[in-house]
Amino acid sequence: MSILVNKNTKVIVQGFTGKEGSFHAEQCLAYGTQIVGGVTPNKGGQEHLGKPVFNTVNDAVKTTGATVSMIFVPPAFVGDAVMEAAEAGIELAVIITEGAPVKDMQMAKAHATKHGMKTLGPNCPGIITAEECKIGIMPGMIFKKGSVGLISKSGTLTYEGTNQVVKEGHGITTAVGIGGDPIIGLSYNELLAMFEADPDTKCIVMIGEIGGDLEIQAAKLIKEKITKPIVAFIAGQTAPKGKTMGHAGAIVSGSAGTAKEKMEALEAVGVTVVVSPAEIGKAVTKVLSK
Amino acid sequence: MNIHEYQAKQIFKKYGVPTPKGIMVESVKDAVKAAEQLGGPVWVVKAQIHAGGRGLGGGVKLAKSLEEVETLANEILGMTLVTHQTTDEGKLVQKLYIEDGADIKDELYLSVVLDRKLEMPLIMASTEGGMNIEDVAENTPEKIITIPVDPAIGFQSFHGRQLAFGLGITDKQEQKNIIRFANKLFTLYMENDAEMIEINPLVRTSNGEFLALDGKMGFDNSALGRQPEVLAMRDLTEEDADEVEAAKYGLSYVALDGEIGCMVNGAGLAMGTMDTINYMGGTPANFLDVGGSANAETVAKGFEIILKNPKVKAIFVNIFGGIVRCDRIANGIIEATKITDIHVPVIVRLDGTNAPEASEILKNANISNLIVADDLGDGAAKSVAAAKGE
Repeated sequence: MSILVNKNTKVIVQGFTGKEGSFHAEQCLAYGTQIVGGVTPNKGGQEHLGKPVFNTVNDAVKTTGATVSMIFVPPAFVGDAVMEAAEAGIELAVIITEGAPVKDMQMAKAHATKHGMKTLGPNCPGIITAEECKIGIMPGMIFKKGSVGLISKSGTLTYEGTNQVVKEGHGITTAVGIGGDPIIGLSYNELLAMFEADPDTKCIVMIGEIGGDLEIQAAKLIKEKITKPIVAFIAGQTAPKGKTMGHAGAIVSGSAGTAKEKMEALEAVGVTVVVSPAEIGKAVTKVLSK
Repeated sequence: MNIHEYQAKQIFKKYGVPTPKGIMVESVKDAVKAAEQLGGPVWVVKAQIHAGGRGLGGGVKLAKSLEEVETLANEILGMTLVTHQTTDEGKLVQKLYIEDGADIKDELYLSVVLDRKLEMPLIMASTEGGMNIEDVAENTPEKIITIPVDPAIGFQSFHGRQLAFGLGITDKQEQKNIIRFANKLFTLYMENDAEMIEINPLVRTSNGEFLALDGKMGFDNSALGRQPEVLAMRDLTEEDADEVEAAKYGLSYVALDGEIGCMVNGAGLAMGTMDTINYMGGTPANFLDVGGSANAETVAKGFEIILKNPKVKAIFVNIFGGIVRCDRIANGIIEATKITDIHVPVIVRLDGTNAPEASEILKNANISNLIVADDLGDGAAKSVAAAKGE
């Protein structure tokens, strides 16, 4: 078992024939992901990486039955691509592109929600179910199958955490990069609930960062609904004070978003919080041996 | 990206958001000329820096004569202003805004920001203007009203009524004025891809008009490509020179106070590396994210920027290659040793994509004072030891 994606998941790529889209789609195919086609306007009817290219997401979904889209279009077109996927009946859009305008993401996410489409990202490494399905830009070879679910705002900390978990001999069920932009799709709360329901996941690693209050919200959910052991790391304990002009944002969220505040909130609900990412692997071994 | 008060007010004027008349100047002579042009009888001389709290820091002063304008301009221009939003070193004042004195009945607060939880903009207002809004939120949260505005429907009359009644405005003309003010402000927030607008204070005049006495604006960096007029307002002298230089090469750099230089891929791992160094008893000298497209040239540039800081006693290169290929980083390190004199120990940890090739490249290069680390913990420990001269 796993969450969200597995070896049967059919995936299309928006921005399929571009440089980034091509390179990573090829890597995903090599990992075993069922990439069934892609979308690039005006290249419909062509073949790319041995898979059909379509002009619209609608065409691609009708022909291939894909349920997931991996989005690599340039930042200015991300909002449009997400809304197109939502209307075409895609169930999950994995948005890899970095630098999408925040206003576009507000619109796109609201539209996705209206159409019942889940989103991941933007500006994230994607999602991988170990040894089954990689949808994103992570180095596939480090993800070995196992019993630990991982959720991270940061791409490289996803790799760091995974590598340690695998070296300790536990392996990964599914690892999810949620991104750290102001507007993101699936977040800790939805994903924690999915891992709680997944029988193969025995432990959850949660990697956060300073800023926002998603980790504080997660602590509330953990207290009420999550019974599986959790190991957490929050990056940015030594980050300098933000050089912002106004502090209205912090007032809105009701929290300053510091690492200390988040670590304390998680510790208070029984999460094993480590002070360095170098301790993640050992902490997982410890909680699993309890 | 942030802009100056005078620039925010240019945008306000374009959208019909009322502000007092004012002129930006860069010399004392022009300050007096501007004051003459505005006419008086009262002027405000305002330091233009990218930070709040200027008034308390002595950067905003009232003048009642042209002579006084001259004296104050002399005093403020060229001063280093320290406020609660600047670093301890403060910021050099290079520009002044000479503004008409306003007829102030009372002071309110108004801002538009993104509410991350609701995923839409939020109008925030308070009758407690002129004060630090964080203090108001802390001490009297009931005096802050918040009105989320869904961009799909835009600013509607009911939003305006919530605002007017929330602020206790009962006069019908005043209600109309504040609603029109907020509507225009919301429009300019959306059309310019602003991240935040803060007007503190928003003043009510004795004839019931509302005026933006101050104006702070920040913008979504990801949207600057489609906002050329906003981008043209960027003032690089307000930004850290090393950070600006690093950004040209796709590097994200922030200087800190410690002794161990850091070069890492990804912001999360970069912060995690700093945290680990700290946990092991060392102090990070900087945050540096080489980004996803790191190559030999950018790595060499990274070394150059890190080594500009004389406090640096060791450098920890920590790369977990995903998109970034470790062999490119290794070549970058070799390139850097050719063009820069690297006089401190360099601790290198390379993992992930093409890590074996990278370690082969480094082994063959035979660089003195290069220390290879097995993992993050090992690398941080070796860096801390090296910085201590062990």
